[in-house]
Amino acid sequence: MLYKDKRPLIVFIVPSLIILGIFLYYPFIQNIINSFYEISGLAALGGGKYIGIENYKRMFADPGIHQSLKNTLYMMFFAVFFQVGIALVLALMVDSITRGAQFFRTVFFFPVVISATAIGLMFNLFYSYNGGLFNQILLKLGLERVLWLSDELAIYMVSLPVIWQYVGFYFVIILTGLNGIPQDIFEYALLDGVTGVKKTWYISLPLIWDVIKVCLILAITGSLKVFDLPWVVAPNGAPKGLTHFLGTYMYFKTFISQSVGYGAAISVLIVVLGLVVSFTVNKVFKRDTIVY
Amino acid sequence: MNKSSIAFEKQIRKTRFTTVISKIIIYFVLCIWAFTTVYTLFWVVNNSFKDKTVILTDSFSLAVKPILDNYETAFNKLNIGRAYLNSFIISGSTVVLVMVFSGLTAYAMTRYTFRLKNTLYLMFAGSLLFPAFSTIVPIFRMVLQLNLVSHPLGVIIPQTASNLSFAIIVLMGFMSNLPLELEEAAFMEGCNVFDIFFRIILPISKPAFATVAIFTFLWSYNDLFMQMVILRKRETYPICTLLNEISSQFGTDFGLMASAVTIVVLPVLIVYLFLQKNIVKGLTAGAIKG
Repeated sequence: MLYKDKRPLIVFIVPSLIILGIFLYYPFIQNIINSFYEISGLAALGGGKYIGIENYKRMFADPGIHQSLKNTLYMMFFAVFFQVGIALVLALMVDSITRGAQFFRTVFFFPVVISATAIGLMFNLFYSYNGGLFNQILLKLGLERVLWLSDELAIYMVSLPVIWQYVGFYFVIILTGLNGIPQDIFEYALLDGVTGVKKTWYISLPLIWDVIKVCLILAITGSLKVFDLPWVVAPNGAPKGLTHFLGTYMYFKTFISQSVGYGAAISVLIVVLGLVVSFTVNKVFKRDTIVY
Repeated sequence: MNKSSIAFEKQIRKTRFTTVISKIIIYFVLCIWAFTTVYTLFWVVNNSFKDKTVILTDSFSLAVKPILDNYETAFNKLNIGRAYLNSFIISGSTVVLVMVFSGLTAYAMTRYTFRLKNTLYLMFAGSLLFPAFSTIVPIFRMVLQLNLVSHPLGVIIPQTASNLSFAIIVLMGFMSNLPLELEEAAFMEGCNVFDIFFRIILPISKPAFATVAIFTFLWSYNDLFMQMVILRKRETYPICTLLNEISSQFGTDFGLMASAVTIVVLPVLIVYLFLQKNIVKGLTAGAIKG
């Protein structure tokens, strides 16, 4: 009876819907429409010229997009194996100790809180050829200095801070999952003589499988959205566009080259890839959820 | 003592030995990772107190005689104070707007039954998949038409929109678990829906609102993409946009860069140390839903 009268709904829901409608759903759809037009110049109002799927065809011939797609796939690979991988190892380790666990939690998580821009600046200081942290260490060790952002190394060096920053994020998620496993399961396991690596492999991992799956999906779709860090460490895909990711390339095409329609098509590609990847990971890693 | 018990003893000693060894390895690995996060930051902070020429040759020594030149330059020449203010105006307003609208909507979504409710929920959940890249151009054009380019509102409104869905979903998760009895009792006492919302739901939901506020604030404060696109005048730059520009202009002045990073990171770090539990919860809320 309290919620029989539906009139207050107008006050409760309509404001949110207006904001979302104007600044999220409309732009999203307009952007898809834009991807079928040739629009030169951001400020050019009006639709531009309808060109059908030309923008999408253009992607096949554009080496820039191949490079950024390749880099994005690299980033996904790094994210799965290093971000989630390292996080999993660290979480299992912290879960097995009692002293200092809280300290490690605090210290591992804090890069997540810092803005990617600041971390990018920090890594610029590390990579600098003259007097950067890495080269100073090499000099101390009596080695030659290295040009860290060279053509061959740049993509790894740009990925490194992204990976490093978010390990703590997945670490906390996995650790929370591990803490959720009821202790008596381990006690039974101990009675059966299951300890150490076996315990981890046969009991802990299957029980947190869902959590790991969530981490993988977040890490992979997160790789599609990287922008801030690469942009600060290697602006505009430096050197020679070799470190462009889909996000930075989209920015470059839209706001610097001013091919707005083509940029829109790239952003549609990002959305589609995100959907495809999430569904695939869900399918590939589908297992029966263990209820405990 | 028979044979089997001796073997047992041996076994125990062996396991003890391996546990000690594995403990050592575990702590060693954990400390290495902790070193990468703590020392890197320490290196930056430490060097921000040195002269830029000293850093180039000797960056590992402790800044025994700290100098504040870099900070003076940062505040006077780069006007970091102004950027701070801009950041707080933008992120603070975004947080308030997100909390108000998401609170109202989440409450209605968990209490009322109406047609299209499920469709609405799917729309909220679906919009979490929209990356900023896929909405930025139409948003920029609208902001341009509204004459809000380089105006804080030009960033605040789109940022509110992009955090709203997530906030609604987090709050719905919390509010749907609140018992209805309290509200019914209040209704019997003559409260209307709005009294109930402001006097009962809001106070009980404080922890969920804290999560939403923290998430939204950090997201907005750390966002570079949208701010870069919409804010085009230097005096309107928030922290991140300014940092980005510093790195391209003064990239070789290590002292200045180090002090800029320190100025930006330190407040966040201090807040993090105090509100750690809430912040961790806020940032991982999306992942461990349910």
